[in-house]
Amino acid sequence: MIQRMEVADELAGLGLFADLTSAQRQGVAHTFDEQWFPEGERILRQGLTGSGFYVVLEGEVAVRANGVEIATIGRGDFFGEISALLEEPPVADIVAVRAVRCLHLPAAQLRELLLAYPAITFRMLLEQTRRLQNTNRWRE
Amino acid sequence: MAGIAQDRPFPPGDYPVVVVGSGPGAIQLSYSLGRLGVEHAVISSDPDAGGMFRRFPFFQRLLSWSKPYAPAAPGTRAYQRFDWNSLIAEEPEHNGLMPRLMDGTSYFPSRPEMELNIRTFAGRTGVRVRHGCAWESTRIEEGPDGRRFVVETSDGPYRAQVAIFAVGVAEPYVPATPGLELVPHYADTRPAETYAGHRLFIIGKQNSGFELASGLLPWARSIVLASPSAAKLSVVTRSLVGIRARYVQPYEDYVLGGGVGVLEAAIERVERVDGGFRVVTRPSRGGDPRAYDVDEVIAATGFVTPLRDLPSLGVVTFGQSRLPAQTAFWESATVRGIYFAGTISQGAAGLKKHGMPANSGAVQGHRYNAVVLARHVAETHFGAAPYRRPLDADGVMAFALDEICGGPELWHQRAYLARVIEVDPARGISDAGVVPLSHFLDAGGPDSLALTIESDATGGIYPVVYGRRNGQVTEYPLPGDDVLQFDGQPQREALGAVLAEFGLPASEVARGLAAADAGAEGMAIPGV
Repeated sequence: MIQRMEVADELAGLGLFADLTSAQRQGVAHTFDEQWFPEGERILRQGLTGSGFYVVLEGEVAVRANGVEIATIGRGDFFGEISALLEEPPVADIVAVRAVRCLHLPAAQLRELLLAYPAITFRMLLEQTRRLQNTNRWRE
Repeated sequence: MAGIAQDRPFPPGDYPVVVVGSGPGAIQLSYSLGRLGVEHAVISSDPDAGGMFRRFPFFQRLLSWSKPYAPAAPGTRAYQRFDWNSLIAEEPEHNGLMPRLMDGTSYFPSRPEMELNIRTFAGRTGVRVRHGCAWESTRIEEGPDGRRFVVETSDGPYRAQVAIFAVGVAEPYVPATPGLELVPHYADTRPAETYAGHRLFIIGKQNSGFELASGLLPWARSIVLASPSAAKLSVVTRSLVGIRARYVQPYEDYVLGGGVGVLEAAIERVERVDGGFRVVTRPSRGGDPRAYDVDEVIAATGFVTPLRDLPSLGVVTFGQSRLPAQTAFWESATVRGIYFAGTISQGAAGLKKHGMPANSGAVQGHRYNAVVLARHVAETHFGAAPYRRPLDADGVMAFALDEICGGPELWHQRAYLARVIEVDPARGISDAGVVPLSHFLDAGGPDSLALTIESDATGGIYPVVYGRRNGQVTEYPLPGDDVLQFDGQPQREALGAVLAEFGLPASEVARGLAAADAGAEGMAIPGV
């Protein structure tokens, strides 16, 4: 049987956690819980309160707003941060396009994580900036 | 077969369903399948019923309570909210067994009392198990009648259309940290007095680690607990996540400087040194490694699910506990026809709204999962008619108030199980039973209301109604209440407004659970 890679080691290969030390990655890995979603299952539900923050370890998800697919994201990407930080319901469904293994953090703990690990915060800011840039290009 | 229960029903052969296990999950499931007329065999390697409670918790006292005196009369459905350990029966005399078996010294049952509770329920309700029959391997057989699972056991093969595993999360897990193979796991902890005067290092800061620390406080000279993340307390997370109140004493000793250390540190390695061990740690928030020389080390590093060869059949597992990935109805997400009951059902996580997990890892949660699962199996595999109980339009308000005030499925499985009321022009208004909330939200269906109890990030507890009309679901949080009485004027007005949107009156006729709250015996028991 293939030995399952420890989550802390997996984090080393993801951009969001790339600047952490090994000990920090272990601490962060224990903060999240792991979840698995079959193909077709909704992970975030548009308009419903109480969702969380997710990081994709394996698989692919679609972002669907009002039933229209607007993006797909995969390994290393994250979602749910906007509704978690603004304490508002998600504005889109997130649906597993194929089986997804991901890390989950309750929304209320995301702020604490970002304040404790500025290296994660900076990486998230970079990614958000890229997403904003892409959105602006699309508008042009 | 010395020591094994003499009744050995269910010889190897063909059955519609085979259930593996004899802990509370398997016993509850077998009871519920039986009441629905689903023929099944139950097998277990254990010599008698009880599952993990035949051995654990190590210090012989449970974390979960059953109140002998409660706001609702024992045996009623409303009482289940105050009894976390009894299994659930349709017959009132078989409900609320746990407090009747406790000696009154604590409202936390002892381990032997809990074991007796499971055995007594099985005995009185006629649940039978073939004990001393060990599950050894599993395969899939394609035949003229379709696909069947073949469960090979120490007594021979069992063939079944549906296989349900309730085998607990009970196999000790030890991470690959160098040197951990030198030290005992929680499961191998010695009698407490043998730690007298010793310096103890416990790896792991979850309940099992703190349970050991609590029990060894009178014996150990010093105790250090360590894991990479911060210790969480259940009274802070306002959920079952974190160290439960019963085990917080070592944490208080730590914050008051009383000879206990609680570290946020990764364990780099464990080495044997003269007369003991050296544990080398690295602080999670940075800093140099630090070594601790101690007499004893215990790895309270958790447990995994003993799924044997199920992964080779295609059952996908995830997380440190190697839980099987499951659908909302606890079916393997990757091998149809294989289901899970008992504490393994926590692999179907549900919505985890506001970060609050379901209680499926504990009896008070998974007993309801098993009842719902039994009905799902009966309906989807064996042609049982879907549960529907007609309701008068004038009775919906009272029924909904009863459910949000005391429906035990909703209270114990918050934002996880929901009571559904169908408002279907073709079929009329009906109680459509209890289903997983995620199923209600995602599966579609006729216009309906789903009732839940939920908790938010601040710890507030309040009812929520989900309304589905023309396939679109809207969330209606209802007002909470300081003393959790959800039948006051604010809740009635908010619920009435939701009902009005579905063309239902906000009037009220006789209420069932309210009568039960007052101690009356009779009440309509809604099914699931």
